[in-house]
Amino acid sequence: MSTRRDNRRWPIYLSLFAALMLTIMPVRPEIAVWNADWVAMALIFWALATPARVGLGTAWVAGLLLDVLKGAVLGQHALALTLMCYPLMRFHLRIRVFPLPQQCFTVAWLLLLYHFALFWIDGILGKPVGQAARWFPVVTSTLMWPLVFEALKRLRRRAAIN
Amino acid sequence: MELRGTETRPLLNRGPSLGVRALLLCFLSVLLMVLDHQQGTLANLRNGISVAVYPVRFLVNLPFSVARWADDSLASRDQLINTNATLQGQLLQQNARLQKLAALEAENRSLRAMMQSSSEIADEVKVTEIISVALDPFQHRVVIDKGTLEGAYQGQALIDEQGVMGQITRAEPFSSEAILISDPSHAIPVEINRNGLRSIVVGSGEVERLTLPFLPNNADVETGDLLVTSGLGGKFPAGYPVGIVETVEVKPGEPFALVMARPTAALNRSRRMLMIWPTELPEPSLPETELGLEEGMIMTEPDAESPETGIVPEAVPAAESPVQTGADEAAPATTEESE
Repeated sequence: MSTRRDNRRWPIYLSLFAALMLTIMPVRPEIAVWNADWVAMALIFWALATPARVGLGTAWVAGLLLDVLKGAVLGQHALALTLMCYPLMRFHLRIRVFPLPQQCFTVAWLLLLYHFALFWIDGILGKPVGQAARWFPVVTSTLMWPLVFEALKRLRRRAAIN
Repeated sequence: MELRGTETRPLLNRGPSLGVRALLLCFLSVLLMVLDHQQGTLANLRNGISVAVYPVRFLVNLPFSVARWADDSLASRDQLINTNATLQGQLLQQNARLQKLAALEAENRSLRAMMQSSSEIADEVKVTEIISVALDPFQHRVVIDKGTLEGAYQGQALIDEQGVMGQITRAEPFSSEAILISDPSHAIPVEINRNGLRSIVVGSGEVERLTLPFLPNNADVETGDLLVTSGLGGKFPAGYPVGIVETVEVKPGEPFALVMARPTAALNRSRRMLMIWPTELPEPSLPETELGLEEGMIMTEPDAESPETGIVPEAVPAAESPVQTGADEAAPATTEESE
């Protein structure tokens, strides 16, 4: 039983791995400020789709990996992703039946929460936080959400993760 | 509400409730942050995770490595001949310069021996490559492909062929994180090559610009001055070029001049860097016989005791660049911070 379920987890981890790769893609700095929050989006999708498999714990671990990859203080992204995932898990039954435009809007709020947590921690640590550019990823990610949603939905169908 | 209660049952009965788990994880994150930021005791944990996520970095870098490999191995014969010829020419030129350098190095060493100040002269270097740059667009940080297994250490200086790039802020087993000199939280002690005036170069957040915020209005600094590392912070070996002064703006009402410099290193263009291991001379007073050329130097031996103010009377040949004698004792208060 458990092995069967474990077998079905690999597409989830694969997509999270791909999200981590996309996050640290070396691109020009002008483009990098627009790089979407791939990990956060993948987590939102999987937490909506299969909350029994992906939840706070996964978000926290993914955040820890993100901390190391981005060279942030250990725990920053972990905390931000946990904070983002809590309302998501709390209201996931409502959010998953939203039509796509409304879902985009919800995702935007969740990502704003995520970035606000990052911003707050950066501020406490005394890093420069004033730039408007640090909020750009929220815009990109919200616009990308339908694409990500569609792609991951297909992956989920193909892998038959219920 | 009831519906949600029944639906989320499988989620909830796997352990404590959602809120409790969220609180627990948040608490854990904060604990990690405090430990990591204030005590810095989590290096091992970070190294472990870093090794675990190494595949991510490796795969992201793979297309670039493959492209470079293809570029190398598919180069045409003509191209290779051309490059070879160019490199031969460069090698000749560099060798010619090196001959002079050897002489200068010996002279410098003997001068320093007389001043009784030890200094590093020969530095060991190793080539490293940047494997990712877009860590955080607001901080100028990069990840390089050499880690503690290759001898990298925190605070190690990085240069490219034209100047100082930055320093390593975190050394992990397979890779290291480095801060560039253009990062706003980075400062590097420099001196103006023309007159030895010491100052500090702070990053501006823009790749092509560095600032010198602590030069008074009457400081002798001009557009075009070369800034080199002074070696005072103890992290960067002395004498490497950092930047060239671009603008000097003096506002009478302000206490400090507004001086901007352009980094000599190609901060956002070079993919390869050199890691430096400064090698210190074991003894300041070398046996004179080993030193190469010192015809004019021997006569000044009685002055060897003279303190750092001492301009050794006869022996100093009219040097273009004044040797920063005894500077280490003279100015201990330099800030060298890397966040």
